[in-house]
Formats: sequence, C-alpha cells, structure tokens
Amino acid sequence: MNARRRTRNAALAIIAPALGIALIALGAQVGPDGDATASLDPAGHLVTSTENLPRRLSDTGLYQANGEVDPLNVPFAPQYPLWTDGASKRRWVRLPKGATIDATDIDAWRFPKGTTFWKEFAWEGRKVETRMIRRGDDGAWSFATYVWNDEQTDATLAPEAGIPDAFTLPASVSGTKVRKHSIPGTADCLSCHASNPSVAIGFDALQLSDDRDPGAPHAESLPPGAVTLKRLITEGRLLPARKELLASPPRIRADDPIARSARGYLSANCGSCHNAKGPLARLGFSFKEGVGKGAAPSPIAAHSRYLVPGVAAESSFVLVAGAPEHSAALYRMKSRRPASQMPPLGTSVADTAGVALVTRWVRGMDASTDRMAVGTKP
Amino acid sequence: MNPKPILTLATAGIALGAFALGMIPVAAATPDAKSAQVKRGEYLSKIMGCNDCHTPFHMTPRGPEPDMSRMLSGHPQDLVIKTPPKAPGEPWMMTTSATNTAWAGPWGVSFTANLTPDPETGLGKWTKETFIAAIRNGKHEGQGRPILPPMPWPMYRNATDEDLGALFAYLQSIPAVKNRVPQPLEPAGAE
Repeated sequence: MNARRRTRNAALAIIAPALGIALIALGAQVGPDGDATASLDPAGHLVTSTENLPRRLSDTGLYQANGEVDPLNVPFAPQYPLWTDGASKRRWVRLPKGATIDATDIDAWRFPKGTTFWKEFAWEGRKVETRMIRRGDDGAWSFATYVWNDEQTDATLAPEAGIPDAFTLPASVSGTKVRKHSIPGTADCLSCHASNPSVAIGFDALQLSDDRDPGAPHAESLPPGAVTLKRLITEGRLLPARKELLASPPRIRADDPIARSARGYLSANCGSCHNAKGPLARLGFSFKEGVGKGAAPSPIAAHSRYLVPGVAAESSFVLVAGAPEHSAALYRMKSRRPASQMPPLGTSVADTAGVALVTRWVRGMDASTDRMAVGTKP
Repeated sequence: MNPKPILTLATAGIALGAFALGMIPVAAATPDAKSAQVKRGEYLSKIMGCNDCHTPFHMTPRGPEPDMSRMLSGHPQDLVIKTPPKAPGEPWMMTTSATNTAWAGPWGVSFTANLTPDPETGLGKWTKETFIAAIRNGKHEGQGRPILPPMPWPMYRNATDEDLGALFAYLQSIPAVKNRVPQPLEPAGAE
C-alpha cells in the first residue's frame, strides 16, 4: 500500500464513523436516547422515523403479488434528473384515490396524506436501492431506503444511519478508480428534502412540464404511462387547476438553450438546498428555478464564502460571467473530496457532463444580455 | 375613614388590570427565564470544553491558556496556514497548532469555527434549528459537508434540544468578534 493510499484510507477511517452516525432526523424528533417521535424539521414538514415502516420493499405497495409494479403506482421522470453517479433510475408515485395536490403555491406543492414516492437506483442492470418517501395518515413524512439482495428478488429496509460504501460502482462510471455508492441515512435524506420548497424534489411543475428540455444532462425519455403536469391538471389532481399551464407549459425562460439547460441542471442538483426559502437562504443566493412570480437572489456574481484555492477572496464568486476558474460552485462540482464536494452527499463521482455544461454557460455568459448575469469578469 | 382598604383595592385593581393585559407574566418572567437559559448555555460551554479549541490559546506565565479577549472566535484569521505539516508517522496521527485552533490529520487541516454572533464571520445569521442540526447531523451549516475532526459532535449530538438551545442562546449573547476562519485545507494528494 503506498503512502498516498494509506493516507486516504486513514482519512476515510476517521471521517467514516462521523458520517455513519447519521441520525434519525433533524431536530427534536430524536431524543438523547435515540427515541423517535414526530416533530417539525426546519422547513416545517412533519417527519417521523422509519420505525413503523415495512421491513421489506415488497410490503410497501410498490409491487403486486406477481412482482410487477402495481398499476396504481404511476411512473414519472423529471426533465432535469439528479446526478447519482450515473445510476439509472425508475420512479413512481401513488396518490390516494380522488385526492388532490394543493398547488396554491405553484412552486411548493403540498401532497395529500397517503402519498408515496419510490425511486429505484440501478447500475448496469443491477438494482441497488429503492428509496421511499411516504406521507402517513397523521400528516408526517417518512424517508426510507431499501437495499436489494444479490438475487434481486426483494430489498430490505436500510438502517436509519444508512450504509457507507455499500456498493462498488462499475468501471463504466468510476474509470480506473475505485468509487463506492453509499446508502443514505435518514438525516441525509432530510439534508435536501427538508430544505426544498416541497418534500418531493423531482415532482413539481417545472420538473413535470410537458415542454421538456432536450439539452438537459442525462435527460430521460418519458416512461410509458408517465404522469406529466398536463395529465395532473386534466385529471383534476392539482388544485387550483392552473389551466393556463396547459397552453403554456412551464419552461425556464433563458436567452439560449445552453443557459436554459444549465439553469435547469443547477436547479435540480443544487436548488433543493440553495433556494430562497430554506435555511440556506441566508447565504444570499439561490439556484432554484420556479414557475411562480418572484425572482430569487441569483448565484451569478454572488461573492462566495468558499474560496477557490489560489483565487483572492474579492475575486471568488459562486458563479461569475466569463470566468469559470473564479466560480466556486464549479470548483466544488468537480471535487469529490469530502470537505469541498458539491453536492456534499449522494455522489462519489463528479458529473462531467454537468460540469461541462455549466462551464460552457459561465464562460460564454454575456453579462449584458442574460437576465441572471449581473456579474462581470474580475 | 381608614384609607388602607381603598389603597389595597386600588393596588389589586392595578394588578388585576395588568394581569388582564398580560403585563405581569411578560414583565416578570421572560427576562429571568432568558437569562437562566443563557446561564445554562454558559455553564454547558465551559464543561463541554468549547473554549479548548474555539478560543485561541496564548502563552501566559501559567502556561498556554485560552485568550479570552478572543473568546470563542475560532482560528485567528491572521495566523495564515497554507500547507499541512509533515505527517508525524505512526502511531501518531494528529498535529495541532500552538493556538489549538488548527488541526492537521488524514482529513487535511481543519480550523475551529467562529462561534460568536458576528453576522458575517460567525453564527450571527444562524438559527437555533441550524445549530441543532449541525451538532446532530455532523454537517456544516446543518446540511452541508461533514464537520471535520476533532469536533466531537458524535458525542455532543446526544445533548437534548433544550441544552443545545441553551448553548446557542449563550453563543448569541457573547461579544461578536469579526474573524474570518479559513476553509479547511484538503489532504495532500487528494483527488
């Protein structure tokens, strides 16, 4: 074992226990003895532990007895998918019969009791985990994930602390390096889902828009029978109905296709934490794109507290027109070192397509024409 | 006529009126309760050893001691550290600065945070919820990168919300110190 490898392993040994002690949930629901009761997370969503959830995925209602996905669970595919080390994903939602989504705030949907989301993660055809978010009859949300067995016949509820380094990513993703996928703990789930305007990150008006962005990195085609915004509106599942969105489906209004795709990518991959409504709003910038009125503070030319190494504080920005090398967000998107990588969890391989797109957008950004680009090259 | 009953009645009337307006509980109870919480937080900060790392040490005739003029303001921004020290080799793992505010190890170099209420460089814009989430989850800002060693959050996370809330209330009550702590240095050879 060479010195570099030994050092890295030692670093992981130190950090891993800290990461492993992810706990049941943020805030008051966890007492000093780890007792779990429902409580409010910072975003005001009621959350509970996984204590009362089925132990097996096959008992969650995702599948019928014959192993097929229950037709009550409808597939969907956000137009801007989250990067998870190249995992291929399948997603389903079940809305209780006749129940509607409260879309009073078009960018912060409130889901009816009994709503369940599932998301399956697979690499090269091997299913690794299926995550589930469910709103119980008491209004509280549960966050859980199920880890698939080697036979691929069923998946078992993961511990609430998650499982670090559970699956070695295939070389098609990691190249010559060894990279591992970690099963998230519940606190990891809440890191993003509790600070997003809505509990479901990939299921909102923009993500489900029928005007899908063909330039979105890792864009997925709609699975057969998928639910889209149009279908939710025409089937009366959204209240108020917002029928104007049928004629004019939500779309990021940008001056060119690169800007549209880059902003959509950043919204999906960064905006669940970096938005104008969650706890990190105090950082003074937002990546979250919305459909409703009201501009969020732009990440463009916002001074970054994180300094790009070798760049002076006054020249280090979150993103800055014309200067990707001065853009801390890009530096952190490329990093997969624990202290600097962005997003801070959920991936161990940087998304080269996403980095390339955002770099191209930032480099070509014209501060005088793009409405978000108010910065200038330092 | 004896005025005493009239005065008593008047006093009672004022007291009753004040009570009806909610003045008595507000005026009498809140400041005491708040200060009790802050005192509890101060007590906790001392026995939990916050000053041992978050207040820079300086040399005194009695040996190294926390410099309380910079109480809980974290690693001094003027003590610039650009590279990690040479690794000491097994069985040694960590190296610390004389200030006890910079810690080098396999994770790189971590610098203790400014816990004072300075809005730009400290916890001035934090909420109690963010503070509790940071300690409970071991995540910077409550939801970001891992909080690095040697911060003993895996033990502190067992504190009650009440105690963490008291600690936060105390930290918000202490003098703000403007001191921008540097971000961690990555380990040598990190990819």
